[in-house]
Amino acid sequence: MLKSLAGIPVLGTVWFAGAKLTTSAKQEKQFLLETLNIKAAAPPPTGPMTGNPIRLGIIGFGIRGEQLCRALGFATKQWLADMKAAAEKNPNDTRLKEFLDQENLNIKITAVCDIFDVNAERVIDSFSTPENKVKRYATHKELVSSGDVDAVAVPTPDHWHAPIAMDAINAGVHVYVEKPMTHNVSETYALRETVRSNPKIVFQVGHQHRQTQSFLTAMDIINKKTLGHVSLVTTNTNRNDDNGAWQYDIHEKASPETINWDMFLGNAPKVPFNKEHFFRWRKWWAYGSGLSGDLLTHDYDRINCLLKMGIPASVMASGGIYTHRDGRNVPDVMQVNMEFPDFSTGGSQEEGKEKGMTFVYSATLGNQFDRGTYLMGHDATMELGNMISIYADARSTRFADMIKDKRIDPSVPVYQYNPMANATDAVTSATAKYFANKGLLWTYRDGKRVDSTFLHMREWLSCIRNGGIPSCSINEGFQEAISAHMAGLSYKLGRRIEWDKESEKIIAKPGEDLDAALLSSGDKVVV
Amino acid sequence: MKPSHFSAGQNNSLIFLRILIGWHFLYEGVLKLYNPAWTSKGYLLSASFLKPFFTWISGDSFITVVDTLNIVGLIAVGAGLILGLKIRWACIGGILLLALYYLAHPPFPGLEQGPAEGSYWIVNKNLIEMAALLVLYQFPSYVSFGIERFFNRKKTETANG
Repeated sequence: MLKSLAGIPVLGTVWFAGAKLTTSAKQEKQFLLETLNIKAAAPPPTGPMTGNPIRLGIIGFGIRGEQLCRALGFATKQWLADMKAAAEKNPNDTRLKEFLDQENLNIKITAVCDIFDVNAERVIDSFSTPENKVKRYATHKELVSSGDVDAVAVPTPDHWHAPIAMDAINAGVHVYVEKPMTHNVSETYALRETVRSNPKIVFQVGHQHRQTQSFLTAMDIINKKTLGHVSLVTTNTNRNDDNGAWQYDIHEKASPETINWDMFLGNAPKVPFNKEHFFRWRKWWAYGSGLSGDLLTHDYDRINCLLKMGIPASVMASGGIYTHRDGRNVPDVMQVNMEFPDFSTGGSQEEGKEKGMTFVYSATLGNQFDRGTYLMGHDATMELGNMISIYADARSTRFADMIKDKRIDPSVPVYQYNPMANATDAVTSATAKYFANKGLLWTYRDGKRVDSTFLHMREWLSCIRNGGIPSCSINEGFQEAISAHMAGLSYKLGRRIEWDKESEKIIAKPGEDLDAALLSSGDKVVV
Repeated sequence: MKPSHFSAGQNNSLIFLRILIGWHFLYEGVLKLYNPAWTSKGYLLSASFLKPFFTWISGDSFITVVDTLNIVGLIAVGAGLILGLKIRWACIGGILLLALYYLAHPPFPGLEQGPAEGSYWIVNKNLIEMAALLVLYQFPSYVSFGIERFFNRKKTETANG
């Protein structure tokens, strides 16, 4: 009988070993978390959407315009039909459900201005209701002064951002403008002046990643000085598809009869009607801003919202048109180094040893290997995306004892934050995945996927209704635009571009016209 | 219960195999029991075979039940095999659990293989462990190491008495 009970000690031993291992691993993890003391910060509160509906005008209903309208709760009939079909085909495709579940922002789209008839008609056809017929305006000036709108969204080509925003503000209309905030240096100052002299106007630049939950957590990590002195930040763009290289579709109905070509050109050089320029405007400096204005701005603002490092003391950039030699004049491969010699995130070593940081942006439109964003400090490295991972540095001062005691393994993250735990995603394309990982498509609130553009526009609408200043207003937009223009100028002029902090001016050589150089049609300006 | 016709070496080998498999099941179960964050959701959602079924049982309405059943199953099978209690039921339970693990990520050609510590084609360790449990089912080894022997003897004595 004793022999038959011999299994009990085996059972007890295995049970004890399993329980002990799990419990001590838990305690060790708890100890690390308490040491790091990182709190997943709550999102900034935004107020209720009650009261009279805000009357909104949409100026530009292209790819981005359509996305902004969806974030506001307005999808075209075509999109709804496409998403319904997609959801029937793939039950994991929840885009339609998420759109329908989105909170009602209590707005009315009352007006549209789009210089391509097809786009304007799509808005009128899809968003008009029996009691609210969307009215089309031939020009943005007529729209903002019509008295029919309280606020406008401005997802136009870059060269129209500032002119439209300023006209709207001067007409007393709130503005949500897409990035980059401006297209050249001088209008950056003019727009700042306009916003500052109209304090009642709520102004937001469309850097929606500021709403990303992981960025709010990353802010806490920086504030707790977890990384030590950050000397290098590396960011990048890697894309390898036509959509990512701005080769957008050209609509079959595009013609001089359906497009107001002179209005499209605006302040750009006069050229004959050109469908490619109209639909693929990001490929030319005359209307767009290339990698520095289009995509660097995302990465710069992501880091600026964490570190608040402001405008760099100097910028050097290089690159060329190496992957899409199709007549474009903006670079498709670009490397930008921004210097912040006086900046510090705070260090763990003796006073005065550490100061200064370089921000690197490295981009190609001919390869989509995911390189990740890294904030590299003396004590730790943070990998930043929709997820956050922190790795202690093997030579860290702060973690030296814990590494020696083998309580921290530098090759394993000491901290990982995954707001999408328990959520599954049906990511649709390589470009979508790229944007999603940068927090540009969606984020998570209480484990639920939310469109970050929706949150960003909601914040803007809340400030209009309840007061307050949005998270990406004129100061943040000014820093973004100037930094991007410095990068563009360095690329064009082939030299280091410096910022005079005292006078708040980009330093130009005598007789040099920075705006002319930045927007010149040549790939690089020969000096 | 029939008396064993195996030699001592045969019998002890079977007992040894039973204890090892029981050990493996029990340890997996205990680790999961003491880790409240553990869930099979990721394993089920990443299934490369019978995807609709595994996605269905990993849904919000089922997953808690699935996780609990898995932990209880692992511990019950493990304890049964180690103690020699309800061995045949433990073998069946173990085979069912292993079949689910096997079918979610089978090493079939053409299917995506997750991280593994070896190289497998159709046959992997789950399948071999299932076969070993089948052997134990066919050649019950309660005789010299297990509580069941105690109960059996008692039953026999009662019957005789």
